[in-house]
Amino acid sequence: MRTLGSGEILFILAAIRWTLLLSAAAFVGGSIGGMLIALMRSGRIKPLRWIAFGYIKLFQGTPLLMQLFLAFFVPGLFGFDVDPWGAAALGLSLHASAFLGEIWRGAIETVPRGQWESSAALGLRYWSQMRLVVLPQAVPIAIPPTVGFLVQLIKGTSLASIIGFVELTRAAQVINNAVFQPFTIFGIVGLAYFAVCWPLSAYSKRMERRLAAATR
Amino acid sequence: MNYVFEFSQVFAAWDELLAGALRTLWLSAAAMAIGMVVAVLGALGKTGGPRPLRWVIDAYIELIRNTPFLIQIFVVFFGLPAIGIRLEADQASLLALVVNVGAYGIEIIRAGIESIAKGQIEAGRALGLSRLQIFRLIVLKPAVQAVYPALTSQFILLMLNSSVCSAIAASELTGAANDIQARNFRSFEVYFVVTGIYFALSLLFWGIFAWIERAFLRQPAVR
Repeated sequence: MRTLGSGEILFILAAIRWTLLLSAAAFVGGSIGGMLIALMRSGRIKPLRWIAFGYIKLFQGTPLLMQLFLAFFVPGLFGFDVDPWGAAALGLSLHASAFLGEIWRGAIETVPRGQWESSAALGLRYWSQMRLVVLPQAVPIAIPPTVGFLVQLIKGTSLASIIGFVELTRAAQVINNAVFQPFTIFGIVGLAYFAVCWPLSAYSKRMERRLAAATR
Repeated sequence: MNYVFEFSQVFAAWDELLAGALRTLWLSAAAMAIGMVVAVLGALGKTGGPRPLRWVIDAYIELIRNTPFLIQIFVVFFGLPAIGIRLEADQASLLALVVNVGAYGIEIIRAGIESIAKGQIEAGRALGLSRLQIFRLIVLKPAVQAVYPALTSQFILLMLNSSVCSAIAASELTGAANDIQARNFRSFEVYFVVTGIYFALSLLFWGIFAWIERAFLRQPAVR
C-alpha cells in the first residue's frame, strides 16, 4: 500500500491548474452567454425577454450536477462525442450564463430610465447608449456580485469530478483510493480551494462595502 | 439525429423516482429546519456574543463559504471516521447540508438583525416586554421578514445542492437516477426526467415559502 508522501500531495495540488483552467473557461463562456442573456432580459423585445427569463429560471431551478450530466449526454444524441473536459466546460458555461445574466440584468436596470431617454434625445442608438452611457455606470455595480459568483463557479468545478474530469477533487479521490487517509487529503484539498476562493470573497465583500458607502 | 428516445424505461421505474424525490424532499426540509436554528443561534453569537465566540463563528463561515460542498461532504463522510465519528450516508448528508446552509444562513440572519433600529428594542423594553418577547417579536420576526427572499433562495439552493449527496451514495433523487441508468443505460432519458423533477421541487418550495410568508410573516404595516 502506498503512503501519503510529498509526491502524492504534489500530485493533488498540481491538479489545481485544471480547476483553474476549467473555472476560466466557464467564466469566459458564461460571460459571453451571460451578456447575451442580460441584454435579452433587459431589452424591449418581448419574446427575447421571455426566453431569457425561462433560461434563467431553468438553470437556477435545477441542480448544477444534473446540468453537468445532461451536458455530458446531450451532445451524444446529436452525434457529437464530448470528453469530460468538454462536457464540464459546456455545462458550467451554460450554468454561469444564467447566473451572470441575472446579475448583469440587475446592474443594467439600476441605471435610471432617464439616462436612456436623455441619451436617446441626444441621438444615440441602442449600442452607443449601452456602451457610452449605461455600461460605464452598471459595471462598477456588477463587479462585487460577479466576483462573488466566480467563487461559486470555482467551487462548482469540483462537481466535474463526478463526470470524470480530473481536477483538484478528482485527483484527491484518486490518491485517497490508494492511500486512504481521507481526513488529511480532503482537508488539504479544502484548504487549497480556500486559498483560491477566500481572497476573491474578501475582495468582493470589500468592493461591496465601498460601493454601499459611495451610494449612501 | 438518429437517436431513439426510450422514456418508457424511465417511467417504468416511477416508484424509485418517487421514493427518491420524497427522500430529497425530506432531507432538504430537515436540513432547512435545523439549518435555520444554527443560523439564528450563530447570528445571535455573532452580533452579541463575546469576542472569541465571534472569531470562531467568523472562521466557520469563511471556511464553509470558500470550499466546495462536495469536499465538505467527503470530510464528513470519509474523514470523520478517522476521529471516531462514523455516520451513515444519509446522516452524513444531513449533517453536511446543515453545516453548509448554517454558514450562509448566519450571514443572512445577521444582516436582518442589524437592520433593526435600536429604538425598536428600547421601545419594547419601555413597554415592559420580556427579553425573549423582545427577541422573538421585535428582533427575529422583522429580521426574517427583511431577509426572507435571500433566506428562501438559499434554502432552494440547499435542496438543489442535496443532489451532490449522491456522491457518497446517500439515498435521494440523484442516487435513484444513478441506479436506474446503471440498469437500463438510458442515461439521457433518466437525467432529463430527474432534472424535471428537481425543477418541480424548486417550484414546490417556492410555493411553500410564498405561502409561509403570506400566512405568518405579513403583519399590518405600522409606519
